[in-house]
Amino acid sequence: MKKESSEDIEYNLTGSETDHPISATDATAPKSKWYKRIRKGITTDTADKKETPEGLWNKCPDCNFITTTQDLKENLFVCPKCNYHHRIGSDEYFETLFDNNEYEELCDNIRSIDFLHFTDLKPYQKRLDEIHAKTDLKDSMRIGVGKVNDELLVVACMDFQFIGGSLGSVMGEKFCRAIDYCIEHKLPFMCISKSGGARMMESAFSLMQLPKTSGKLSQLSDAQLPYISLLTDPTFGGISASFGMLGDLNIAEPGALIGFAGPRVIKETIKRDLPEGFQTSEFLLEHGFLDFIIDRKLLKDKIHQLILLFKG
Amino acid sequence: MPQYPNRQFLDFEQPIKVLFEEIEKLKQTAEKSKIDLSDSIVKLENAIIEKRREITISLTPWQRVQLSRHPDRPYTLKYINNMCTNFVELHGDRNIKDDKAIVGGFAQLGGETVMIIGQQKGANTKLRQIRNFGMANPEGYRKALRLMKLAEKFNKPIVTLVDTPGAYPGLEAEERGQGEAIARNIYEMIRLKVPVIVVIIGEGASGGALGIGVGDKVLMMENTWYTVISPESCSSILWRSWDKKEEAAKQLKLTADDMKGFGLVDEIVPEPLGGAHWDYDEAANILKDYIINSIAEFKSSDHQTRINNRIEKFGKMGFWEEMLTEETETK
Ligand SMILES: [Zn+2]
Repeated sequence: MKKESSEDIEYNLTGSETDHPISATDATAPKSKWYKRIRKGITTDTADKKETPEGLWNKCPDCNFITTTQDLKENLFVCPKCNYHHRIGSDEYFETLFDNNEYEELCDNIRSIDFLHFTDLKPYQKRLDEIHAKTDLKDSMRIGVGKVNDELLVVACMDFQFIGGSLGSVMGEKFCRAIDYCIEHKLPFMCISKSGGARMMESAFSLMQLPKTSGKLSQLSDAQLPYISLLTDPTFGGISASFGMLGDLNIAEPGALIGFAGPRVIKETIKRDLPEGFQTSEFLLEHGFLDFIIDRKLLKDKIHQLILLFKG
Repeated sequence: MPQYPNRQFLDFEQPIKVLFEEIEKLKQTAEKSKIDLSDSIVKLENAIIEKRREITISLTPWQRVQLSRHPDRPYTLKYINNMCTNFVELHGDRNIKDDKAIVGGFAQLGGETVMIIGQQKGANTKLRQIRNFGMANPEGYRKALRLMKLAEKFNKPIVTLVDTPGAYPGLEAEERGQGEAIARNIYEMIRLKVPVIVVIIGEGASGGALGIGVGDKVLMMENTWYTVISPESCSSILWRSWDKKEEAAKQLKLTADDMKGFGLVDEIVPEPLGGAHWDYDEAANILKDYIINSIAEFKSSDHQTRINNRIEKFGKMGFWEEMLTEETETK
């Protein structure tokens, strides 16, 4: 599958949506790229989608195929023509996975604060306030407990919309509490990753979420409860250097970009173009880092099958 | 103060360079004219010490970053050689190759066998390339893990010395699973049965540092930095400009003082006045005492307690707001 890899993964971590990104080599990225990102942003905006009138058109970023948003939603936001998996949020994943879209949300009362008084072009607290005002999201991860074809599962799911799905203290804490819940109720655990990496505005606190979550995962392991890590587009940095890659099973959606360093940084380091398909799910499968790739439409049944295999 | 040939000076160390040059001139004059100028030389040497003190007092976060990268700063092998005896370097990850950006092996420290591992930077242009500027590939992290498991098997404490501008962002690194390698190390290190003492001796850049950076006790030397991203990259991403590295260094709160204040590291190891590069032996001697004491502190507890405490310690890190009905509790 053809894959757009020119996107600046790091840029999503700034928490700005419409500003123009910079690149070390190219200060004025072409407009088309910018447009594409905004389009992607629209298709992943939960609030927008709910109010979308039927008949609004949606163009596939990969093959330009045009569908109505309603049709796309019914197809679980997968392009009917080329199978491109649009970026979706926790709402859509929970709806995809849980029977009748019924689930209990855990620890949704935790929110990020600007403990360090971090100010780049904007104070961190202001970014948080703005995004809280604009969306229902409290941070970049939500935890849902529900049934997948009658089997209970705890799912931690990232929202890329919230500062690029960045890993900060709240994500780390929610991830750990979700595992505590699994241990207490003897339930399997699944994490759906979609993140540009660490939340820079939380500095070393964001970095320390790596050992924090890893330590908690080792307790889940001691309790002999399965952990499935689903990697979706994009998954980079701190996530791939911690719980993203630590699943008992590591699986991914087709065509997702997954890696440690972002493509831009690698390109600048090695000073040559990256090969076609570099850092895609298919590339990772080929190099031995994924158990399998799964289409979104088959995800629910596959997860159900796995839960039964672990149980049986 | 020891005499090292070809000392190099950072921008804010220029006043010291001037004093060095004056001493050199006086020595030449004394040689030629056979006049005893030793009094004047001693005065200048004292002035240098005074300058080192002055610099230390007023260091900005960015200057700390500069000191952590000082071209004369001691690297891992220098510390190993100065602190340990009987060091036997062990190579290779038993899979791909030997990554020279990470070194490690058994050694004796304070009369006891330890496994000592660290990122290694090169001291000159050629060595810098061989060491890949201290930026490890996945096989470096996997070598480190192999050595840590070896130490665990024979019940030897582990000491890691962290000094890296980051894990290498290369094509092959991604092919061989840079993320997985670091993740695996973090996961395994938190469960190691032997005491693990981590020291940030230079640059502590993000996941690349954490890949050998999880332990019972994390020490930071005085003039080092440790956080999630380098000030330069942070500037380019968040400020969209390469010119805000000093501001980024300030905002990131990456110094040893900050990190100790947040409870993210346990202790600060003092350095010779003005930085470790002024006196390698003194720097190594101070560090050696800290490491020996740290090992002693953790040696007596049983391994399960140690592992639980490690998980609990990292588990507490973070800040958030927890809303309880109407009230707001800040943690
Ligand atoms: Zn398409």
